[in-house]
Amino acid sequence: MTDPHSGTPLLAGLSEAQRSVVEATGRIEEYTPGTRLFDEGGDADRCWLIISGQVAVDTHVLHRGPVTLQSVGAGELLGWSWLIPPYRWHFGAVTVAPTRALVLDASQVRVLVETDPELGFLLTRILLETLVNRLQATRLRLLDLYRNPA
Amino acid sequence: MTETSDSVTLTLAPAGDRLPEFRPGQFAMLYAHGIGEIPISVSAIPGDGTLVHTIRAVGPVSRALHDAEPGTVLGVRGPFGTAWRLDDDEGLLLVAGGIGLAPLRPVLRQALACRSSRRVILIAGARTPADLLYREELRRLSDMDGPEVVLTVDRGEVGWNGRVGFVTEPLATHPIDPAHTTALLCGPEPMMRFCARALLGRGVPAERIEVSLERNMQCGNGLCGHCQLGPLLVCRDGPVVGYPVAEPLFPVKEL
Ligand SMILES: Cc1cc2nc3c(=O)[nH]c(=O)nc-3n(C[C@H](O)[C@H](O)[C@H](O)COP(=O)(O)OP(=O)(O)OC[C@H]3O[C@@H](n4cnc5c(N)ncnc54)[C@H](O)[C@@H]3O)c2cc1C
Ligand code: FES
Repeated sequence: MTDPHSGTPLLAGLSEAQRSVVEATGRIEEYTPGTRLFDEGGDADRCWLIISGQVAVDTHVLHRGPVTLQSVGAGELLGWSWLIPPYRWHFGAVTVAPTRALVLDASQVRVLVETDPELGFLLTRILLETLVNRLQATRLRLLDLYRNPA
Repeated sequence: MTETSDSVTLTLAPAGDRLPEFRPGQFAMLYAHGIGEIPISVSAIPGDGTLVHTIRAVGPVSRALHDAEPGTVLGVRGPFGTAWRLDDDEGLLLVAGGIGLAPLRPVLRQALACRSSRRVILIAGARTPADLLYREELRRLSDMDGPEVVLTVDRGEVGWNGRVGFVTEPLATHPIDPAHTTALLCGPEPMMRFCARALLGRGVPAERIEVSLERNMQCGNGLCGHCQLGPLLVCRDGPVVGYPVAEPLFPVKEL
């Protein structure tokens, strides 16, 4: 269930103190639909813990414009390119519904990860879980399960 | 009624005796004259003796049923098989993939008709927005104070503002009360397997997860052995079974 304070169940595994330290690096923001949060190739300086709403992760395809690859919604993490050099966005992201998110400052979170090994481990694990879930979902989509077999 | 490029919804009125009442999750054996007979779930149960089926054309028999003109006489046998468990007041979480939405639709309709306080959530996935069944009906539902409807597609298209992704993604985060949720899953087996695992991970008890199995059928009533899956005859002991029964059978290939 969404925790009204942190706005995200993702940080539920952290202690109260750890959670406050992480949350202190960010602030709650609200966006109207159609707000571009980041562009492919841009500086990955923030990440979003989505409290409500929906964001489309997209990429630009020649002659087709932006194509949505994946949606990120309430309770999910948007943006992980900030953890691994060269800290640039691999894709773009735009809100498709009124969206509320806890926006964390990536450079501050990176410092936390590097200076507090225990917290760093927990945060890296949260990120890894998100990545594994996305990878699984992408693989299942690649299977094209709903396709007409005929 | 045309649903998508390869599926239609047919309403069948009895030409002879009325069949006994179907329950959500059960199926009929539909016979296209001279071509063959296949199992098709009920996708609505109007209560006036008519039967509603949504059929996706994948081969000769389903294609013939799909192409049937109004007035065509079809053979119908049923009801067969087990039904979804709907016997308590727990919240209902329906997860459907592709044509798997058809057997879950009577549950949605029943939930709406009862107007109980039971919370009903539908998470439905399809290949593209154009492959989503019952789009108008689902849009109406999500505009009402009825079931919560989450639609997600593998590939988005211009103008699609719903989710893009596999059903397991909203399933992992949509707010539910795991201890008081009954989950009904219907779709391709890998989908049901991954969804069931995600639900177990969220704390939904295995015995509150039900899946609908698919196997080739011939007699439909436990006589020929065509639909055998491990110890089960899917036409008689299924298609709806609890996850504890289905789990060890999922990797078993059709016998
Ligand atoms: C209990 C039960 C309920 C069902 N309910 C419905 C329903 O409500 N609506 C509906 O459209 N179908 C439903 N089906 C599936 C339907 O019975 C099959 O699609 C049908 O038997 C195909 O017969 P066919 O002669 O047209 O094609 P076939 O010649 O048997 O098959 C043609 C091709 O399609 C593949 N195929 C067959 N069935 C499926 C399938 N289900 N999924 C993916 N590939 C398949 C075959 O492997 C083959 O490659 C249900 C099946 C069961 C067991
Ligand atoms: S179809 Fe004959 S036993 Fe099941």
